[in-house]
Amino acid sequence: MEIAVLIFLSSGLFLGWSLGANDAANVFGTAVGTRMVKFSTAAFVCSAFIILGAVISGAGASHTLGKLGAVNALAGSFMAAFSAALTVYGMTRAGLPVSTSQAIVGAIIGWNLFSGFPTDTAALFKIVGTWIACPLLAGVIGVVLFKLTTIVVRWARLHIYRLDAYTRVGLILAGAFGSYSLGANNIANVMGVFVPANPFTTFTFSDFFTFSAVQQLFLLGAVAIAVGVFTYSKKVMLTVGGGIMPLSPVAAWVVVVSHSIVLFLFASQGLEHFLASSGLPTIPLVPVSSSQAVIGAVIGIGLVKGGKGIKWGVLANIASGWITTPVVACLVCFVALFFLQNVFNQQVYKDASYELSQPVLDRLERQDVPIQRLTALKDKHFASVRTFRQALGEQVVLNEREESRILASARIDVILINNSKLWLLDNTSLSDEQRASMWKLVGEKYRYTWILDEALAKISPEWKSRPATTVNKVFNRELQAQRGIVYKIFRIEEKQP
Amino acid sequence: MIMLFSKTRELESQTDEFCDKVSQGVLAFSIGVKAYLEHDEEAFEEKRRHVSELESRGDELRREIQRRLYLETLLPESRGDVLELLEYTDQILNACESAMWQFAIEKPEVSDAIADDFIKLVDTVAGAVEALVAALRGFFHGDATLSDQMHKVIFYESEADKIGHRVMGDIFDGDGDLSLKNQLRHFVLHIDNIADIAEDVADKLSIFALKRAI
Repeated sequence: MEIAVLIFLSSGLFLGWSLGANDAANVFGTAVGTRMVKFSTAAFVCSAFIILGAVISGAGASHTLGKLGAVNALAGSFMAAFSAALTVYGMTRAGLPVSTSQAIVGAIIGWNLFSGFPTDTAALFKIVGTWIACPLLAGVIGVVLFKLTTIVVRWARLHIYRLDAYTRVGLILAGAFGSYSLGANNIANVMGVFVPANPFTTFTFSDFFTFSAVQQLFLLGAVAIAVGVFTYSKKVMLTVGGGIMPLSPVAAWVVVVSHSIVLFLFASQGLEHFLASSGLPTIPLVPVSSSQAVIGAVIGIGLVKGGKGIKWGVLANIASGWITTPVVACLVCFVALFFLQNVFNQQVYKDASYELSQPVLDRLERQDVPIQRLTALKDKHFASVRTFRQALGEQVVLNEREESRILASARIDVILINNSKLWLLDNTSLSDEQRASMWKLVGEKYRYTWILDEALAKISPEWKSRPATTVNKVFNRELQAQRGIVYKIFRIEEKQP
Repeated sequence: MIMLFSKTRELESQTDEFCDKVSQGVLAFSIGVKAYLEHDEEAFEEKRRHVSELESRGDELRREIQRRLYLETLLPESRGDVLELLEYTDQILNACESAMWQFAIEKPEVSDAIADDFIKLVDTVAGAVEALVAALRGFFHGDATLSDQMHKVIFYESEADKIGHRVMGDIFDGDGDLSLKNQLRHFVLHIDNIADIAEDVADKLSIFALKRAI
């Protein structure tokens, strides 16, 4: 790996470090603060499970961030992560409540504004909705769990020492689950922006184990989080606990479990698939704030206890953080990208060129996009997304869905299936049949990636997308990742006339 | 993990034994004082020794529990509270032992006129300590009905005060040597003090129970 790549990744690692230093306290803070669990035990369990969660289940939530805006140049990813980290750091120093999730979302929107790529408002609303849902859900789960625990503890009439021993074990187990969920959910905040510009390549050990490029990236991020846990979280852990209201060890356990369940719900692809296949409504996979989940659970328990002792001012601060954090991160990212591009001459985004050729118009018609007024732009070449969107806007008023379909179909991405590059597919997650079907296209050249997708789907069903239902989401996402591998290997630069 | 649970089991039985000793101590004290008032010296001496043994064992247990709680870093959150509770409860055994010794050494002359009230006072004090021990067991065993016992402690303590005042009034109303009256008053106060200690422990217990409430 080049040194430059490592330098660019460093901002993600910085963000990971700060997440480890701060958010590990949400998982083990009360346990360590009340001396129920030793810091060394907490740090080890926390780090190990954060890494496992990030590598095994981290992909789900990062996909939603990717939908919000695919930061496609490493320097851009660097600045998005750096702006988020800077916002988190600055706001923490200023004593303002801050969430890594909100900072990174703001930074991505800042990149979108700077590069001219549209922001998927559906994805944005989905994310913002979860920011509100997350503490509410944690509160509800906290209340239910607290009531149940109270009943069980009263019924069991455990000796004070035995209850203490069970609570210790419970805190470690809940902490492990919480760390896994934190890794699975929040790795998207740390490394999500690097996914589209991922410098790693997938490799497989024999036929059984594939270590994808994204997993390698997430492992690196998770290690940064773990370093944050070991180097800086002790201080935060020891000061956490009395922030909103004092908690007993058993109540602290309820808080950790509620937080962990919420983070897990917003990160588990397996659960999403299970709910969808059972015909139940699914929970969006979005990176949420672990601090806010903890706060929601603590307030839920506080309300059950009669609401006394809750510092309501903290709530107002949190709500203000929902607005200030993304706005500050967005502004910081926009300004910083300007400097990085114009002062340091770095490519902060890869612009795309667009052309509304006949096949594109035909496809759009099939997708129910009104093309009558688009024919004026037929066969015209647009060198940037900004000029293309401007030209579209002058011709016709489009809704967001129509615009995103046009952008996806008209984007020029020249792919040449070169015989000499086919071996590069060997160590990837592509199946034998998928690789074999690539051989049948040797020598073919495609101006749009969707034409290649259609050609591959005709050759093999393994290249065919399934209907866009939640049940098929994981398959389609995996297929899209495999297509991404093909694009990355066979993409060629073509000079425009 | 198995080690952790075996450690707690041992500590549980030691704490239970401590509660047993306090309860047995006040019962032995009550029987001993009655034996003294009935002039049964042999029975009194046997109970005096018994109370001393129980007091020593109570001290041993308290020290052992204290040592283990610190050494094995158990109950980090409420260790201080538990130890304070045990120390204060241990003072009941100390007070019983000290009263028995005073009876043995000073041999106060208790007239038949006030002997019955003396017995009532000792029984009421024993009732306060019994209720306190029940509350303590409830606290250690996570029993939610702690308040059922706490109000009994308070009730017995105030009853003991009333009886004590009545006995002292009777002592000073009668004829006799003022020094003897003073001596008897001292005994009444000493016995009543046991109920006062029980009430103090109960007050602490209710705060600690609140602190430990889930």
